[in-house]
Amino acid sequence: MYNTEILVIGGGPAGLKASLSAAEKGALVTLVERDGHLGGQLVKQTHMFFGSKAQYASERGFNIATKLGGQVAAHPRINVLKNATALGYYEDGVVSLEVEKRFETISFRAMIMATGAQENTLLFPNCELPGIYGAGAVQTLMNVHGVVPGRRVAMVGAGNIGVIVSYQLLQAGVQVPAIIEALPEIGAYHVHASKVRRMGVPIYTSHTVLTAHGRERVEKITYAQIDQNRQPLPGTERELEVDVLCIAVGLTPLTEILFQAGCRMDYIPELGGHVPLRSDTFETSVPGIFIAGDAGGIEEASAAMVEGSIAGLCAAAKLGYGLDAYPGALAAARRELDALRNGPAGKHIRSGLEKLAAPGEVKG
Amino acid sequence: MLSRSGVPTKKQLEAVKPAPERLAQGPVVIVECFQEIPCDPCYTSCKSGCFLPFEDINDLPRMDLDQCNGCGTCIGACPGLAIFMVDETYSETEALVTIPWEFRPLPVEGSEVTGLDREGKALIPVTVRKVRPSARKNGAYLLTLVVPKEYAFEVRSIKN
Repeated sequence: MYNTEILVIGGGPAGLKASLSAAEKGALVTLVERDGHLGGQLVKQTHMFFGSKAQYASERGFNIATKLGGQVAAHPRINVLKNATALGYYEDGVVSLEVEKRFETISFRAMIMATGAQENTLLFPNCELPGIYGAGAVQTLMNVHGVVPGRRVAMVGAGNIGVIVSYQLLQAGVQVPAIIEALPEIGAYHVHASKVRRMGVPIYTSHTVLTAHGRERVEKITYAQIDQNRQPLPGTERELEVDVLCIAVGLTPLTEILFQAGCRMDYIPELGGHVPLRSDTFETSVPGIFIAGDAGGIEEASAAMVEGSIAGLCAAAKLGYGLDAYPGALAAARRELDALRNGPAGKHIRSGLEKLAAPGEVKG
Repeated sequence: MLSRSGVPTKKQLEAVKPAPERLAQGPVVIVECFQEIPCDPCYTSCKSGCFLPFEDINDLPRMDLDQCNGCGTCIGACPGLAIFMVDETYSETEALVTIPWEFRPLPVEGSEVTGLDREGKALIPVTVRKVRPSARKNGAYLLTLVVPKEYAFEVRSIKN
């Protein structure tokens, strides 16, 4: 059995920052990462990040992964377990792991859940045809393995992921004949949308994919305009020949272990699904289990990094580390997070968090 | 409408167009940033005082365009690739338009490419005058194009 003071599950932006901030305060940290490399989704992000200097603005995601991953790997108080999947949480406070194909267990005094999110899928006739990918898979193929998914890709979803992956496809020399979005407005930052528009990619808002066609693989799609009730408008159907259909219709927090641990959860659509209730120190209703990043609500990587720093700080403080500077450091990090969420772009997440009760509160 | 099409409206673009007197003085940035998002590298990268301090990181950038010296640092720092530069003093009939660029292979200096508008429509042949890496050294490049003056506020991309 492994033993650690703070177990961090997930080596993406939130988990990396959580590990660094807890270890810098003096705690012994074990970081568990499912993949063979650190960085989570950051390794696939070739675009420059928004935010400010504190969140690495103007740097590309994969460079941030290299930077933070390097700091984590070099830190004497952080033990990294790669190719390690957290399997389950046991009542006696032990987490089971598959590490390099071996079964292991780990005990800890505090745990930070930074498991991130999984992609949502879309149901339509023939949606199971080969050639229909999630945007994450397309990014992995292209940006991790250097393989283009096809020659002509239609994108479903004009949120940040759909528009960013469309741009990455263009950069890889792949045609993107359409971005299809069911909502009446583009969810992506408008500057991202403008980037693909001026490369000639049309964005069809209030449209949806009706069906995919093909025998062995997707060869064509039918899409149409939809009304306010998301019903297709007769006569607006159009066909598009493609060899790949890429689905980018949002993310859902990965929370299985939180459920298993008995954390109080609530369904908050603005946060992407079931998320744990948490205190203002990011502690869930189960003492010693903290939350950071998309696992607690879908948001930008810049916010995930700040949340990770806060959770690391608070988990370390719970174990008695870094208490001198704790109030000041916590207040500063909170201000940073609040500033990111303060504008119109943060309205969604603010309203989601408002709905989410603190762990001690009884919701009416 | 920008939020439905991804293309800024004429009204939005008019609001960020420098005054004719300023354009007559030389290169100046055009900041096509119309949505309040948490982002401030334009301000933090600018060394000439053109971008005014942000009160809130979600603010739209505010500029004192008289301070812009045409260095182009902000163009390569803007994560949204939303900053361009126009120099109307280049010649009688042509302006220099500088755009951020993240595609490879890079166009060759001196070559003729097609200037595209904000919808990616082919507008007019333009000459690539200069290709340089952004000051941030983050893989972005700045392309400076020779564009007929009447297209200086239309050409925002190229096809090479």
